[in-house]
Amino acid sequence: MSQAPAVRTDAAPAGSKATAKAVGHAPGGEPDYEPTPHVARVVVPPRSWRSELRAIRIVFRRELIRFRSDRLRMATSLIQPLLFLFVLGSGLQQLSQAGTHGVDLKTFIYPGILCISVMFTAMTSAASIVWDREFGFLREMMVAPIRRSSIVIGKCLAGACVASIQGVVLICLAGAVHVPYDPLLLLGIFGLQLLLAFTITAFGLMVAVRIKQIQSLMGIMQMIVMPMFFVSGALFPVNGLPGWLSVLNRIDPLTYAVDPMRRLVFEHLTLSTAARRALDPGVTWWGWHLPALFEVGVVLGLGLVMLGIAIWEFNSGE
Amino acid sequence: MDSTTPAIDVRGLRKSYGEIEAVRGVSFEVAPGEVFGFLGPNGAGKTTTINMLCTLARPTAGSALVAGHDVVAERDDVRRNIGLVFQDPTLDGYMTAEQNLRMHAELYGVASGLIPGRMRQVLEMVGLWERRKTQVMTFSGGMRRRLEIARGFLHSPRVLFLDEPTIGLDPQTRSSIWRYIGALQQTEQITIFMTTHYMDEAEFCDRIAIMDNGEIVTLDTPDALKAQIGADRVTIRTADNEAAVAALADRFALEAKLAEGAVTFYVASGEQFVPRLFGELGVPIDSINVSRPTLDDVFMAHTGSTIRDAEEAGGGVKDRNRMVVQAMSGGRW
Repeated sequence: MSQAPAVRTDAAPAGSKATAKAVGHAPGGEPDYEPTPHVARVVVPPRSWRSELRAIRIVFRRELIRFRSDRLRMATSLIQPLLFLFVLGSGLQQLSQAGTHGVDLKTFIYPGILCISVMFTAMTSAASIVWDREFGFLREMMVAPIRRSSIVIGKCLAGACVASIQGVVLICLAGAVHVPYDPLLLLGIFGLQLLLAFTITAFGLMVAVRIKQIQSLMGIMQMIVMPMFFVSGALFPVNGLPGWLSVLNRIDPLTYAVDPMRRLVFEHLTLSTAARRALDPGVTWWGWHLPALFEVGVVLGLGLVMLGIAIWEFNSGE
Repeated sequence: MDSTTPAIDVRGLRKSYGEIEAVRGVSFEVAPGEVFGFLGPNGAGKTTTINMLCTLARPTAGSALVAGHDVVAERDDVRRNIGLVFQDPTLDGYMTAEQNLRMHAELYGVASGLIPGRMRQVLEMVGLWERRKTQVMTFSGGMRRRLEIARGFLHSPRVLFLDEPTIGLDPQTRSSIWRYIGALQQTEQITIFMTTHYMDEAEFCDRIAIMDNGEIVTLDTPDALKAQIGADRVTIRTADNEAAVAALADRFALEAKLAEGAVTFYVASGEQFVPRLFGELGVPIDSINVSRPTLDDVFMAHTGSTIRDAEEAGGGVKDRNRMVVQAMSGGRW
């Protein structure tokens, strides 16, 4: 831009003088930097769809890099689901044999556990936006010539991806709870997990995007995650519940992920009709039996709406 | 943008946060290739001004053009043309130096083919090429700063903003950072806009604006600012400092200040004044020191405190009022 920067000699001495001074400023000693064989100045292009996609991709990649370097998180986030599945599942089996029609309780709660493990991880991923804010990195992204929505979308997709990767560990345990390793089933489970992970990350981002401190977020998350998990029917069939619980259950978004997951798994089991009816009754709205695809649509729709809200909040903040 | 367009052109810029007016109408121009320094006590409005120029805060009134683009209407164009090194670190400690730079290049849409060469260039410039595969969390404060500066340069900005780039670093690291900044600026001919607390760093600037209470109180080259003071600083230690202050006022009509067991005052042609002082003061003098005005004196003349005091009084708490009260109550003066 400025080959001859001396423009206003009166008050504004030009760059040449400044740099002469700068080099002189160095108190000898170390050899000074010698300009390398010249590398062309780079150019930052105007914003375009392509640059936004690149931004989304790099935000996504960063989350994966961080996830890979955080082995501890990988291990600890598996503890809770495993506790529920094997400890609670085995323990309560002693009491519930009569009610499960000979089906192992672990098998029954397995689809629910698949969902909540994804949920826990996705929530943690969403918290990363608060970490970034607290440690300053968010600023680096916010001053870049990109849309803020690209940051949110990148983070949301990455959260979904990370949570699904974790989910694979639980998918691998299918055999331990008498669920067959049918490729179609495994693929279906993975797909549902991916979808749920996306929606929960969007939900988490929606909550997290305005929060400034990680402690407050942790508190809020605890307040939301456990009730959502307990009410969802991950641990019990959702028909014949007391009225109030029934209402809460139908409001809980997680319900609409747990139910299709359970249907999918149970379709691949050999069960008596009685057992199937008792354990996998399906979700109803005023007596209408929701089709699985409809439920999947609900989860996806909720995810998109919440992502939209998160983006809107992020845009209007600061 | 040709070479006659100012790199930064600010007119009547204001920013209020509710009742508080952080910036009260500042105007200035920065020429392309210039190194422009912003000085002022904590809470004077420096960072708020930088934030507005960087499109991170929206001005309440007034206008600002950076690299020829309006900071409100053409936010993206401004962002493409500026580099930023913030007061607080903004690196991802879990990523390596290289990954941090790569992320930046991608966010700024630098052509993929140019990234490796450019990354190597800036990393070599700040002496971190060997450490490129290391996680940033293991870096020392000085190394992190250097990496941030390299990152600020990575996309060849026209204007680089440095907000207290060397705060909290030891003197050796500070001087090496300035050496790197100087070398980078020389290679790319970019405009630098910086804030600092350190006088030696202010000397490095082509021009300096001193800001206080949200306004620019003076703006000129360091030499011109020092010449403005028009007087040398004389510091004497005497047997009876109180009496010396009174005598200076009585016999020479000079306003002197008592601080740290010494009497300080300003007088034109200090050397010639010394013989008269010995002859006519009437209080025995133990020692005397005459010095040319420094930027510290300039700063004191305009803001009523030395840079160091301003920093200590602020103590990181952005409470201008407290600091002003402290300066006025004259705890140290």
